[in-house]
Amino acid sequence: MSLRRTIAVARKEGRHILRDPRSLGMALAVPVLMLLLFGMALSLDVDKIPIMIFDSDQTAKSRELIQQFRGSRYFQIVGYTDNYEAIENAIDRNEIRLAVVIPPDYSRLISSGRQASVQLLVDGSDSNTASIAMGYAESVVRLYSAELRTEGQNRKAGSSGSSQAAPPVNPLLRVWYNSRLESKNYVVPGLIAVILMIIGSVLTSMTIAREWEMGTMEQLLSTPLRPTELVLGKMLAYFLVGMVDLAISIACAVYVFGVPLRGSVLLLIATSCLFLLGTLFWGIYLSAVTKTQLAAYQLAMLSSFLPAFMLSGFVYAIESMPAPIQAFSHLVSARYFVTILKGIFLKGVGLEVLWVDTLFLTVYATVVFFLATRKLKQKIV
Amino acid sequence: MTEWAVEIDDLVKKFGNFTAVDHVSLKVGKGEIFGFLGPNGAGKSTTIRVLCGLLTPTSGRALVNGFDVAREAETIRRNIGYMSQKFSLYGDLTVEENIHFFSGIYGVPKNLREERKEFVLKMAGLAERRTTMTHLLSGGWKQRLALGCAILHDPHILFLDEPTSGVDPIARRAFWDLIYELSAAGRTIFVSTHYMEEAEYCHRLALMYRGRVIALGSPQSLKEELHSHHLLELISSDLFESMEVVQGVQGVLDVAVFGGGLHITVDDEAAVIPRLTAELQARGITVERLEPIEPTMEDVFVAMIEAADREPKTI
Repeated sequence: MSLRRTIAVARKEGRHILRDPRSLGMALAVPVLMLLLFGMALSLDVDKIPIMIFDSDQTAKSRELIQQFRGSRYFQIVGYTDNYEAIENAIDRNEIRLAVVIPPDYSRLISSGRQASVQLLVDGSDSNTASIAMGYAESVVRLYSAELRTEGQNRKAGSSGSSQAAPPVNPLLRVWYNSRLESKNYVVPGLIAVILMIIGSVLTSMTIAREWEMGTMEQLLSTPLRPTELVLGKMLAYFLVGMVDLAISIACAVYVFGVPLRGSVLLLIATSCLFLLGTLFWGIYLSAVTKTQLAAYQLAMLSSFLPAFMLSGFVYAIESMPAPIQAFSHLVSARYFVTILKGIFLKGVGLEVLWVDTLFLTVYATVVFFLATRKLKQKIV
Repeated sequence: MTEWAVEIDDLVKKFGNFTAVDHVSLKVGKGEIFGFLGPNGAGKSTTIRVLCGLLTPTSGRALVNGFDVAREAETIRRNIGYMSQKFSLYGDLTVEENIHFFSGIYGVPKNLREERKEFVLKMAGLAERRTTMTHLLSGGWKQRLALGCAILHDPHILFLDEPTSGVDPIARRAFWDLIYELSAAGRTIFVSTHYMEEAEYCHRLALMYRGRVIALGSPQSLKEELHSHHLLELISSDLFESMEVVQGVQGVLDVAVFGGGLHITVDDEAAVIPRLTAELQARGITVERLEPIEPTMEDVFVAMIEAADREPKTI
């Protein structure tokens, strides 16, 4: 192992990155674009869901319920109707996502202290929005019914004359760590994993293939340069790019999106380095099994970017995936890193909680390093 | 250390069923310019790549500087320079940056780096272009820079695999001047080429054909091997009619068009020349020149390959 040879490779590689507008663009524009795009567009918040009301009761009580929907920031009443056909039409034409149908005996049942049902018709074609809308609507109704119940109890207890003896119990959902349930808080930290994955695997996977394509690999092999030195030198260059991207991402997350960074910045950087190393080695490994940049690129996208995106828990909850896929997700290093990122950003926890995930990242990086250098040696001889 | 820079003994390299190098044996002395001649696909590049430790031999033995290529490739790599057929410097780096890079990976000591760099820049005539992007250099300059980068660590042996292919004749000549300089400085040069006139510049040659070395010796001795046959050059008023006539003359072994004339191989020049002259004149062809000539490398080359083709194939 010669440090001098390794540094010579790193310097050369750094020059390639700086001179090639494509790789420089990818190295710098990708994180910024991804952050802006996903941070802003991939909003899982559902706001102002268009709804329609079908009130067959038409009483003060039913109007009170409707008032609850009107007052909520989650809903926007776009119309009233007196038949199901109009609802169906509106759903078909995407004018509404949800309809609230109040039955004719609603106020009668409520007044007599019995349970009244309210029908919610949801457009299920977008299941994600549908389930969120349903959740909101349910909570609006539940909140209101709870209010009614306490009101009823107050009235019964109100014989003493004071109408405000006991304030109605106001059940409030308390969400931890992301108290306003803003999806950017959830998406942006996880995005760092995806960005580092792209830089790490996709960019790196092409660099050795490029040497083969240009015919420079043979020249390198005729020199005393060893495969390990070539790998480490190239990685050093991309590692620095990854660090710059990390800095951009963290700064963007905190200053542009206002994501809270509650945990240790040092731990965040250290674990990011660990994750980045693993992905870089993976990129080198891919590079060693392919001989063209195109193949390397496609393989990298397929084997690192996609799993990091889909199976890391970055956006899509792993718990709701089928068991075999859940099992497979344990092999995705990004999964552990996303857990770490969310832990550090949102929960402010440290190694005492995240050590298992950190340990896995370490094991992953080590294993892939040996795979990559071995593969490269095999290929060369 | 041995007296030989390169020793190849019964070397075989197979790729699957294809035998690229077929029981080759040869020795190259220190300080020699050793030429490796042969058509494309003859196995020249494969042999060179085995010698540089880029390929492992299937069987046989090859020593470079006394070190075995199969077992001591790393030691060998420190003492050789290699220039592959394909241009293999980085086009997006400047001349100087390429030099720095190779100087780094060859492990040129820090205190020598500046000196070696200046030596290479001066030798290659690139001192004024040190900050030029390499991809902007013309073919000849690129070749010289590639050579320069391959000798930064002052290797004992240089392997040049068709270093001048695709380079114009003037640049090629300049390139060979550099090779002579290196040879004069005691470096061994192992060069492959398919340019015949370049073969004449070498101290010794190996002619490779279909994986085998079919001739080995100095350019002079190879030509002399052909001396059992004599070569005549004929320049006449009508080339093609002459060819027809000459083919029918007794004692003529072979006729080939060569430039503006014919090269005629005969068994006995003293007997055949008068016969030829008579026949040609009888057909009304004016003979401008008919005399024995020294065979060129190309004649040797063609004759040897034809001879090899006539031999029963040993596959």
